[in-house]
Amino acid sequence: MPPRTLYDKIWDDHVVDTQPDGTSLLYIDRHLVHEVTSPQAFEGLRVAGRKVRAPAKTLAVVDHNVPTSDRSKGIDDPEAATQIATLAQNAKDFGVLYFNERDVRQGIVHIIGPEQGFTLPGTTIVCGDSHTSTHGAFGALAHGIGTSEVEHVLATQTLVQKKARNMRVTVDGALPPGVTAKDIILAIIGEIGTAGGTGHVIEYAGEAIRALSVEGRMTVCNMSIEGGARAGMVAPDDKVYAYLDGRPMAPKGEALAAARRFWDTLHTDDGAHFDAEIRLDAAALPPIVTWGTSPEDVISVTGQVPDPEQIADEAKRLSKHRALEYMGLTAGTRITDIALDRVFIGSCTNGRIEDLREVARLVEGKKVNPNVNAMVVPGSGLVKVQAEAEGLDKILVAAGFDWREPGCSMCLAMNADRLSPQERCASTSNRNFEGRQGFKGRTHLVSPAMAAAAAIEGHFVDIRTWG
Amino acid sequence: MDKFTTLTGVAAPLEIVNVDTDMIIPKQYLKTIKRTGLGTGLFSEMRYKEDGSENPDFVLNQPAYRKAQIIVAGDNFGCGSSREHAPWALLDFGIRCVISTSFADIFYNNCFNNGILPVAVSQEDLYKLFDDAKRGANATLTIDLEAQEIRGPDGGVVRFDIDPQRKAKLLSGLDDIGVTTKEKGPAIDTYERQAAERRPWL
Repeated sequence: MPPRTLYDKIWDDHVVDTQPDGTSLLYIDRHLVHEVTSPQAFEGLRVAGRKVRAPAKTLAVVDHNVPTSDRSKGIDDPEAATQIATLAQNAKDFGVLYFNERDVRQGIVHIIGPEQGFTLPGTTIVCGDSHTSTHGAFGALAHGIGTSEVEHVLATQTLVQKKARNMRVTVDGALPPGVTAKDIILAIIGEIGTAGGTGHVIEYAGEAIRALSVEGRMTVCNMSIEGGARAGMVAPDDKVYAYLDGRPMAPKGEALAAARRFWDTLHTDDGAHFDAEIRLDAAALPPIVTWGTSPEDVISVTGQVPDPEQIADEAKRLSKHRALEYMGLTAGTRITDIALDRVFIGSCTNGRIEDLREVARLVEGKKVNPNVNAMVVPGSGLVKVQAEAEGLDKILVAAGFDWREPGCSMCLAMNADRLSPQERCASTSNRNFEGRQGFKGRTHLVSPAMAAAAAIEGHFVDIRTWG
Repeated sequence: MDKFTTLTGVAAPLEIVNVDTDMIIPKQYLKTIKRTGLGTGLFSEMRYKEDGSENPDFVLNQPAYRKAQIIVAGDNFGCGSSREHAPWALLDFGIRCVISTSFADIFYNNCFNNGILPVAVSQEDLYKLFDDAKRGANATLTIDLEAQEIRGPDGGVVRFDIDPQRKAKLLSGLDDIGVTTKEKGPAIDTYERQAAERRPWL
């Protein structure tokens, strides 16, 4: 057999059927379901008299719509309440395991999958959410799907797919202190553009990726979609095995030994072909801040807001002018002169325990700037419990952060957590699109460390020289 | 799902690159449990002012484009989230075809599951189609999926490529689940048995 990439291997292992034109039926091992993109899919099953084919391979949770305030007494927003009740009913009717808003295991779908050991190396994982790419950190083929596809997977446990091309992004060298997994992925998106990975699955490789924790790798894989790639992945290693050890749904005993033997084969063979190769030097990366309304609009914290007039292509130039106008920024402004109203720490990109530890370490004994409203939203109930066991909540609250209940929150602002028009936010989330965090709200994407320092100072600062 | 064969209609020019799914249908409209009724939310942050009234500058609010069935837009249309609410909103408004130089993968897939034809053309052809579209209701485009061509008001023709499988699906209007269950059911059963032996821990 010719040398294969990690993606090739997982793909080959899941093909049920291929037609002459390459259209394949791919078997899905793990299906995550949430309240926003599933109601129409379950309704479709009901209308057609179909069942969920493999309920044990399906896991449902509420995350997008739940308030991050106390929800023990119910949910005020009637539309959100309807959607949440609909998922609860669908899970019950179709026999799917469901974590409701009062369950400690509840949280953002891409945080709870790994946490429960539902996410495993070598599996195919889908969810009606584009940040499903997160699970690729375990050496899984994981990507977002639309609701019609959710229905297809529920009914058949398969997906109609054409194979994507292989792209490898190698990040050599070691990250400087203060520069994080978030800066790596923002730099990659800046390099390839938001459509650079379209039609590709990205494998992240190189010394700097291997040096990242599993949680850091999740941050990188999470934003593959912001670079246009539906899926991103990292070959599994001992760090992944250690992460999975003892997780409720991960294999144990003899099953684990067999799984490990298989997982050890999950790496790209020497000489395997990649359709595209990108290389970055980690040692040269600065802390990054986005200045515009596309995740590709990246700049070093030491830089200035760029001048769109320098762009030759007219449509692109106009789009970047539009972005600056929306963001209320002028070309040439130093990034460290940008003052902030809000700070959001959380999301499937950066709402895990290591992110919260980093923020707490940086702000301990300090105070949030009086002009800033800063909130921390743990990615899951178990992250929250862990953080509280370590006393992180006390440090954060003492510093003036708002400590919330878990969920997607202000990453997409479907619940009450949102920016007011023209409010400016340093956010550890993944999208700075117009209106993403609230109508006319202005988002700057940064790492948790950069967000923490910005909360204290009231403007961006270079984390490498701060404190 | 409605078939897509030939469509003749007004094309609205949306000269923005990276039109993302938050732009197409903002999150406040995602709380529905239905597929229909999302047309009022289509492009709402550009289409309505802060007080809820229509923004007369936005293309779909202009008299010539209120009944547009085609959108001509800049590169990388549909980037961002996987929300199928984006094609549902387009469809509910009456849009059956989007023309751009490129589309984000998930949005592209979602279109085909809803009877919407996304057409990728060259940058040069896109500029031509923008010119046609700017002439509003006086200049309709005809999209002929069978022939894989767009015919402009002045007799100009733009050819486009499309995957034969996806083309067939739009032409027939057939639902994937029925086809998979009927034609591939035994293959899925066999795969599941073999996979359970190979990877018993799953």
